[in-house]
Amino acid sequence: MIFASQPDIQLFRQCCLRKKNVSDSQTASPEAVDEERRDFIHIAAVTATVVGAGAVAYPLVSQMNPAGDTKAASSLEVDTSKIPLGGEIRVLIGGKPFFLRHRTSEEIAAAAGVPLDRLPDPQTDADRLVPLPDGALNPAMLITSGTCTHLGCVPVGPSQGNTGDYGGWYCPCHGSHYDTSGRIRKGPAPKNLAIPNYEYVTPGVVKISL
Amino acid sequence: MSGHESTYTPNSGFEKWLDSRLPIVRLAHDSFVDFPTPKNLNYWYTFGGILAVCLAIQIITGIVLAMHYTATVDEAFASVERIMRDVPFGWLLRYVHAVGASMFFLAVYVHMFRGLYYGSYKAPREVLWLLGCVIFLLMMATAFLGYMLPWGQMSLHGANVIIGLFGAIPLVGEGIQTWLMGGPSIGNQTLQRFFSLHYLLPFMIAGVVILHIWALHVPGNNNPTGVEVKDVEKDTVPFHPYYTVKDGFAIVLFLIIFAGFVFYAPNVLGHADNYIEANPLVTPAHIVPEWYLLPFYAILRAITFDIGPIQAKLLGVIFMFGSIAVLFALPWLDTSKVKSMRYRPVAKQFFLGFVAAALLLGWCGASNPDDPIIPLGEDKLQVSYTTEAGVDGVAVFEAYDDAAAFRSEKLAEGSTASIAIKKASAFRFIHLAQILTAYYFAYFLIILPYLGLRETPKDEPDAIHKAVLGSAHGAAAVPAE
Repeated sequence: MIFASQPDIQLFRQCCLRKKNVSDSQTASPEAVDEERRDFIHIAAVTATVVGAGAVAYPLVSQMNPAGDTKAASSLEVDTSKIPLGGEIRVLIGGKPFFLRHRTSEEIAAAAGVPLDRLPDPQTDADRLVPLPDGALNPAMLITSGTCTHLGCVPVGPSQGNTGDYGGWYCPCHGSHYDTSGRIRKGPAPKNLAIPNYEYVTPGVVKISL
Repeated sequence: MSGHESTYTPNSGFEKWLDSRLPIVRLAHDSFVDFPTPKNLNYWYTFGGILAVCLAIQIITGIVLAMHYTATVDEAFASVERIMRDVPFGWLLRYVHAVGASMFFLAVYVHMFRGLYYGSYKAPREVLWLLGCVIFLLMMATAFLGYMLPWGQMSLHGANVIIGLFGAIPLVGEGIQTWLMGGPSIGNQTLQRFFSLHYLLPFMIAGVVILHIWALHVPGNNNPTGVEVKDVEKDTVPFHPYYTVKDGFAIVLFLIIFAGFVFYAPNVLGHADNYIEANPLVTPAHIVPEWYLLPFYAILRAITFDIGPIQAKLLGVIFMFGSIAVLFALPWLDTSKVKSMRYRPVAKQFFLGFVAAALLLGWCGASNPDDPIIPLGEDKLQVSYTTEAGVDGVAVFEAYDDAAAFRSEKLAEGSTASIAIKKASAFRFIHLAQILTAYYFAYFLIILPYLGLRETPKDEPDAIHKAVLGSAHGAAAVPAE
């Protein structure tokens, strides 16, 4: 209505304001004239502003979510053939640590030989492995998350020369001991080291995803 | 104070010209020169001015540091070292900024305890108090964000713990965590957003400070008697020169202490681990926040038990945020009509207990929660073994030699065996933290609401000038206490 000339408004009033008694609208204050229409304009304007504000806010909030390249970097193919027997390598995927450990036959036997009722978080060693492309298990290669399930510290292992009381890993923050299957045995941690999503691309290469 | 008439008279032609267009000189004159201020303010009341200086120091040094700092994970740590070694006076600017953060919190805690003691949060100053709480929250957020920027070990792993707190929130916690970090873990993108927000928040603090001063200037200052100004002539003096000089003197003393830290012990309030570059594969053995957040960290860790369906971890987070949220409710929790604790003999004792509790909570926050304060017995050595048949056993020894011999014996039998320290029962930091946390909440939620109804206060003076000059006119001035 900004561009409407005065006669236009008069015409608009004459043809559109029939609902109200003419004498009423003449005596009432200008703000009281045509109240429902004014309310409608108020509600419409506020609604449009709120919707507009939301539309502007959404990208501003959403930009803090993981970016495309960050998401794309959330998996990694790792060559496991070079890990020495009895040793481990540690990889970071999206900033999170993972352990890949080439277990000796003694370590495998120790992991497999523990009765389940002695474990705070019962899981068999086989449950913690992922089959090779041909369906067989590869117990020599154990792949776990490198985050202690207590408060998120990174446990030490064979590369740091301390494998704890059970030959697996030891968390120096609050003294959690993990066995050679990465299962919690002693200390404050409530759960076993998590097994990440991974698959064998070939028998010597695993693809770990977050 | 509202209702106080402006006494500004523009003298020069330019002042008159400006005053009729933008009366900014008048505003400054009425706010900081001729502002009527109770004549009995003591040195505890100088910390508002000290805090304004702290904010200015942080903003000025911060802007300069940002000219030399690089917010990427590969270069952040090195750029801070470059500031320390190569940038002219970079070491000074960075130490002033780092020590300045600690001094800022030192001053704000004194300022808050002052408000608690003299009842400065009570009507008609509730909004003033609330705005102060908002500033405190913004300060904590700014400090947390800034501590990330040097990209040291404590930066990374401390931030990890704090962001991990959000993971305790049911359903949406993990989503919020990812949103805050901008990825599966703290990375480059997190450092960059922290830098951006660390630069933004001080200006938000400055904005709220303006509101805080505005809300102060409507009812005027509280004062150590807690009695409102009744007669502007007798009860007040102009802000300038009386309090500009008093504040100025306190600021100089404060800056001497500040400079003492900067030049003689710039790192004593920090943590040595933060001079090791951040490494997500190595966790520091003992993750602690900066000293000024320790009491809240202690409250977080004090909650080791579940209540109903709420797990300990979430409960700890609720208590930690609750310990700050309760400050916002304080004006409506304290039921006493008497503002100043000078005239509340019982509340005063509980207040001193509260100050002690807050300080001791800081001690608990800095300590390992499982360390004993009062040992009840001696630590022993425990040998745990498992025989080949799968039978578990435990034997306890006092001397290491006996334990080691027993272990070798068991190992020779083909069992597995290991030695561990069996801690004697003790009164530990965790227990102290739990008691202090209970007191912290009881002070606000039980003691202050109840005491206000039951306590018999001492007689307040009729007016500020009577408290200052004594009741008999012309008699020698008697201190109010």
